[in-house]
Amino acid sequence: MNSIELQHVLPAVFAGRDAISSDVWHQSIALQRGETYLIEAASGTGKSSLCSYIYGYRKDYEGIICFDRKNIRNLTANRWVEIRRTSISMLFQELRLFPELTAWENVQIKNSLTAHKQSREIKEWFAQLGIADKMQTPVARMSFGQQQRVALIRALCQPFDFIFLDEPVSHLDRENGCIMSRILTEEASRQGAGIVVTSIGRRLELDYTKTWKL
Amino acid sequence: MKLVWKLLRRHISLPQLAGFFLANLCGMAIVLLSVQFYKDVLPVFTSGDSFIKKDYIIVSKRVSTLGSFVGKSKTFTEQDVEEIKQQPFAKGVGEFTSSQFKVWAGMGMENTALQMSTAMFFESVPDEYVDVSLEKWDFDEHNPVVPIIIPRNYLNLYNFGFAQSRSLPQLSEGVMGMVNLDIRISGAGRTETFKGKIAGFSNRLNTILVPQKFMDWANHTFAPGSRNEPSRLIVEVNNPADDRIAKFFKEKGYDTEEDKLDAGKTAWFLKVIVGIVLSVGLLISVLSFYILMLSIYLLLQKNTTKLENLLLIGYSTTQVALPYQLLTLGLNAAVWLLGMGVVTCVRSSYMELLAKMSATEQEGGLWCAWMVGGLLFAIVSLLNVLAVRRKVESVAKPR
Repeated sequence: MNSIELQHVLPAVFAGRDAISSDVWHQSIALQRGETYLIEAASGTGKSSLCSYIYGYRKDYEGIICFDRKNIRNLTANRWVEIRRTSISMLFQELRLFPELTAWENVQIKNSLTAHKQSREIKEWFAQLGIADKMQTPVARMSFGQQQRVALIRALCQPFDFIFLDEPVSHLDRENGCIMSRILTEEASRQGAGIVVTSIGRRLELDYTKTWKL
Repeated sequence: MKLVWKLLRRHISLPQLAGFFLANLCGMAIVLLSVQFYKDVLPVFTSGDSFIKKDYIIVSKRVSTLGSFVGKSKTFTEQDVEEIKQQPFAKGVGEFTSSQFKVWAGMGMENTALQMSTAMFFESVPDEYVDVSLEKWDFDEHNPVVPIIIPRNYLNLYNFGFAQSRSLPQLSEGVMGMVNLDIRISGAGRTETFKGKIAGFSNRLNTILVPQKFMDWANHTFAPGSRNEPSRLIVEVNNPADDRIAKFFKEKGYDTEEDKLDAGKTAWFLKVIVGIVLSVGLLISVLSFYILMLSIYLLLQKNTTKLENLLLIGYSTTQVALPYQLLTLGLNAAVWLLGMGVVTCVRSSYMELLAKMSATEQEGGLWCAWMVGGLLFAIVSLLNVLAVRRKVESVAKPR
């Protein structure tokens, strides 16, 4: 997948509004593979909605979203499974980890599906992000900041053309944010993938090609 | 897949599944047992007459001393037959056709000096009343072999009366089936010889039965032009326990073979009782199926978030549904096998009793119960699998 195009996309709940001033909603924009984008927004402007539209688990929008000029509204369930395994990776704002599994198992449950990373590489990431000692800890007993790092590792355990990170550093200190940026940039450039980050305040330090206000 | 199972087995309620398991086992065991019991017990009543339809009555007119002297007709007219056909208990009426020619039958075994011959007669009933498979119950005039059904009494007469007094070997039914009979028929100035084969033995039919096709041909060939009215009728009934039957025949002064009717009655009651038990078993099975479905639905409901998350990180609906489908399949299979175990146990205890009661050999095994159980397993499992799949798909559907 080389590009994601948004044509006059607007969440259905915004449809009744008189005026919308946004760089994204109701505009025509395109996300290109290999580029890095930042979408800045105040809370309640719909950035998680945008992620869920592109990731195919919500359809309550107007307008057209295309992958490589193909409308995604009518993609089959099987096609979405394929896209989620090989084309788009998502770090959810609410993380969507499994609290009863350990950090290691949370990553394995994804990696066993894609067989994308060696155990060695994953352990290395755990170490770099400073949570190596937490690998066997159930996620429920970890802080949100630690969970965010586990979710990042899980998001990287698959091939992707685009990776979406929905407020990835909301609970992280600057230092960990920098480590995260470095790992992310390395992995994305290896695959030639595009990065899309959303933020309501603290932003991940990256070389952004473009910044949009939602 | 191990991790997925670790996740999804959460909230599985053992008491609920145990409840389903016991209820379904109960239902399954009842269904299988009633089917197997019916199959095992029925031959005791119909002993060996499997080639004749189950519920029939043979009717004849009463032979009275006075009637014999004045030559009153002992045959049924077309009106008589029509009248019986009109009765609400009658499903069908067949006429016995008797031979209008002379018959001698001889039996000989090659390599022995044994030769027996006797004058006899033949009768036939329409083919739909005879259950012998068609290729055995057929006659071809170019390759004439005549299949015959004889009363079992005849064999007993020979074995226990004739053979013993003459120090001849006793013959089993199997051996009799292999023996060739020489049949000589004469009439209309012709005499011909045929080969005869014994196709079966009957406890209930007191006649020597040949295929209708042969009878028509032989009557036409050896006694052309003669037409006779039947002296006996075979009446197929819906329910041999119907009291209207006895009443009607008594009124008309017809004779029925009463004790033969009793076996039919018992068999009919057996059928009704087994039917009731079977439906109770099925009902329990259906209810237990609902318990399982409710339990699985509840489980899926409680695990909805997990299912959703699994689907969002790239698991397919098939992969997510699989653990639950395997769970139900496993449970159903266990119920089937345990049900068969119950049937085997119970059957072994009543078969001894049956063997004492019934002279005829009990053949056939548990295949009937296996098949019914398999069918039930297949239907229930298929419904389970589809229901789980649908439920998971509904979770996967974008909002």
